[in-house]
Amino acid sequence: MTEVLFFIAAIGAIVGAVGVVALQNPFYSVLALVFHLLSLAALFLLLQAQFVAAAQVVVYAGAVMVLYVFVVAYVGAAESTHFKAPIGGGQRAFAVGFALALFVELVIAVLGSGLSAISTEGPDVRFGFGSPEQIGQALLTRFLVAFEVASYLLLIAAVGAVVLARRRGGIHEEETRVSAMSFLRPPGVGTMAEGVEGRTGTPEHRELGPPAERVP
Amino acid sequence: MTLDWFLVVSALVFCIGAGGVLTRRNPLVVLLCLELMLNAANIALIAFARMWGNVDGQIFAIIVMVVAACEVCIGLGLVVAIYRRRLPIDVDELRELQG
Repeated sequence: MTEVLFFIAAIGAIVGAVGVVALQNPFYSVLALVFHLLSLAALFLLLQAQFVAAAQVVVYAGAVMVLYVFVVAYVGAAESTHFKAPIGGGQRAFAVGFALALFVELVIAVLGSGLSAISTEGPDVRFGFGSPEQIGQALLTRFLVAFEVASYLLLIAAVGAVVLARRRGGIHEEETRVSAMSFLRPPGVGTMAEGVEGRTGTPEHRELGPPAERVP
Repeated sequence: MTLDWFLVVSALVFCIGAGGVLTRRNPLVVLLCLELMLNAANIALIAFARMWGNVDGQIFAIIVMVVAACEVCIGLGLVVAIYRRRLPIDVDELRELQG
């Protein structure tokens, strides 16, 4: 039973991975990656990692892939026609050869590593291995620093994504920038900002000021 | 199922992802292939966790998922910024940083 499930999930994962690389439309690539991630979740379940499998389905195949789908829909699948001819045969042959060589090397390195448990099914684990309880206990005791650093990393990435994807190219006519300071500081009180912009003094003293039309 | 099969699947998925990074020109698909490589590492980590019989490798896999989410966030932000500036979305043409 385990073997049947393993081969179904593994073939699904490999087919999904090949689909990501081979399909021309980016939208279909994203869908192939969703299939790949679901197959991987089945593999994780076979390895007794229940919480990671659930997180894979919910976070990865759910949230992250929705982000991809939104960006592909925004940028447009029509962009694929923009591309010139696909990469040359030389680079493609090099890439395939590199991937094959890497695979052979990895398999030799992994299977020849002499790990004592590599051709077993692993030690017997008690019931509840990989459950949310055990993961949470490890994450909040032994791996607390990694947990906190990961939260900072997520915060920085969220701020960075907002900064990267915000609208550029100036402010449009209908949306002028309103600063919070303009409410705190009534005009004509002689602040340094007004001095720089030439808006200090009475109206007859500020003919030289450039932004005269901005005087309220 | 013995654990070496999982490691072989991991190596195969990693190589497919590496080949995809080398062959595709759309940065969106390049990001997808990077996801493939990170997921291949996740299978290997979880197989090693099973081999040891403790959950440390699974914690590693969760942290890798966090890093992958951040990478997707920044990468897609870059793609949107490139699209807004009407630059070609093609990794072969975006090489001003190359010098």
